[in-house]
Amino acid sequence: MDATQHTDAARPVLEGPDIARVLTRIAHEIVERAKGADDVVLLGIPTRGVFLARRLADKLADITGRKIPVGSLDITMYRDDLRLRPARALARTEIPGDGIDGRLVVLVDDVLFSGRTIRAALDALGDIGRPRAVQLAVLVDRGHRELPIRADYVGKNLPTSLRETVKVQLAEEDGRDTVLLGTQPASA
Amino acid sequence: MMRHLISAADLTRDEAVLLLDTAEEMARVADRPIKKLPTLRGRTVCNLFFEDSTRTRISFEAAEKRLSADVINFAAKGSSVSKGESLKDTAQTLEAMGVDAVVIRHSASGAPYRLANSGWIDAPVINAGDGTHQHPTQALLDAFTMRRRLVGRDAGLGQDLAGKHITLVGDVLHSRVARSNVDLLHTLGAQVTLVAPPTLLPVGVDHWPADVSYDLDSVLPKSDAVMMLRVQRERMNAAFFPTEREYSRRYGLDGERMAKMPEHAIVMHPGPMVRGMEITAEVADSDRCTVVEQVANGVSIRMAVLYLLLGGNESDAPNPRTEEK
Repeated sequence: MDATQHTDAARPVLEGPDIARVLTRIAHEIVERAKGADDVVLLGIPTRGVFLARRLADKLADITGRKIPVGSLDITMYRDDLRLRPARALARTEIPGDGIDGRLVVLVDDVLFSGRTIRAALDALGDIGRPRAVQLAVLVDRGHRELPIRADYVGKNLPTSLRETVKVQLAEEDGRDTVLLGTQPASA
Repeated sequence: MMRHLISAADLTRDEAVLLLDTAEEMARVADRPIKKLPTLRGRTVCNLFFEDSTRTRISFEAAEKRLSADVINFAAKGSSVSKGESLKDTAQTLEAMGVDAVVIRHSASGAPYRLANSGWIDAPVINAGDGTHQHPTQALLDAFTMRRRLVGRDAGLGQDLAGKHITLVGDVLHSRVARSNVDLLHTLGAQVTLVAPPTLLPVGVDHWPADVSYDLDSVLPKSDAVMMLRVQRERMNAAFFPTEREYSRRYGLDGERMAKMPEHAIVMHPGPMVRGMEITAEVADSDRCTVVEQVANGVSIRMAVLYLLLGGNESDAPNPRTEEK
């Protein structure tokens, strides 16, 4: 990946304050749809989904006045394209102490694209427990689904072509909050 | 990551740390209600055991099954090997059956290397102990146990064992565990001291990346971990020390000696232990002895090895934790 080449062309579609507003809205939607978010557990998908889940948990705590369980779910071992690429390093799976049985699990990821990550996440959840229901919150939905999967909470719908790239940067990992829309170099 | 795991000396520092980090995530699978991952579904792993083993074979089998691989167990006893079949013919039989990886334990040093480099089979080869040569997964699980105990579970991620003092005591001459550990611990930045009677040290030990001492009591106070090695009677064809009593007096670990170790230091043993010989029951049953923990960690380490060798189409996983930012 040649980052320098397409940062020139990449243009921001969401900036820091936009991302904060979008997350506040999603938090309100979760409270509204889950009728108070009593049994919500947020699980972020590494890497950036985990940071988004933590931010959402803080916002939910502000709204409801209660601490919302938050964790992470690494899906590497459940991917369907493992054999197509070199073995990858694993990230952390951290399930909150009370588990997910009978809870409303909200999966959190940065970009929803083919839907394959979410399929893997659903398989991974099945080995950990049996939630009451599973919902999905994403910062950006860029379309081009390859599986019958949709998000329940979407920060921004971003119509893209397959040649375009969507890059989410978050302060915790990249030093700043932004969503960049770029074009793949022709060689890729 | 390389294609085969033959010797602990082949691992670079970053590869070793990646293996330990991966094992740390694998260890968390053991705490779940469903201790299984679909990662190696549809892949066949053959455990070729030409030499007796309980814990290593069971540990590999548990690791393979937790990753959903299909497992074929092969013990030389009761097979065509006892009728005179060669390693080459056994290997070609496995290749014809479409085996995706071979775990091999052999009494001849170099048998796994031969299997991996002879062109007899394409599959990755994992050395589960060969003669007095190497036992790399044992060294990895020992390093993993040390990192967990001496650095910390989460604090250890991405870290090596720099500056730790590790002492290996006993039958270094016949020990593949000692050779693998010296290689790996050196790669991970630890200071290794070997303590043994001169008769149980190999020729050329002065070229190993380790110090040598004949006096256990002087080394104990500055050790972070002390690993006791079993005296391997089955490989001995001569008298290496006058009596067992004398050996255990000078090189055995008892409660009194353990008290000389620093507060945080741990006692390790690759198993099987001979109580009363190299280690007393008092030490073996104490909290500072990690023997049982080492067995549990063995499964996690072997899952990590299998995942990194077989999980992708080629093994070249960068570790985000050791990559330069």
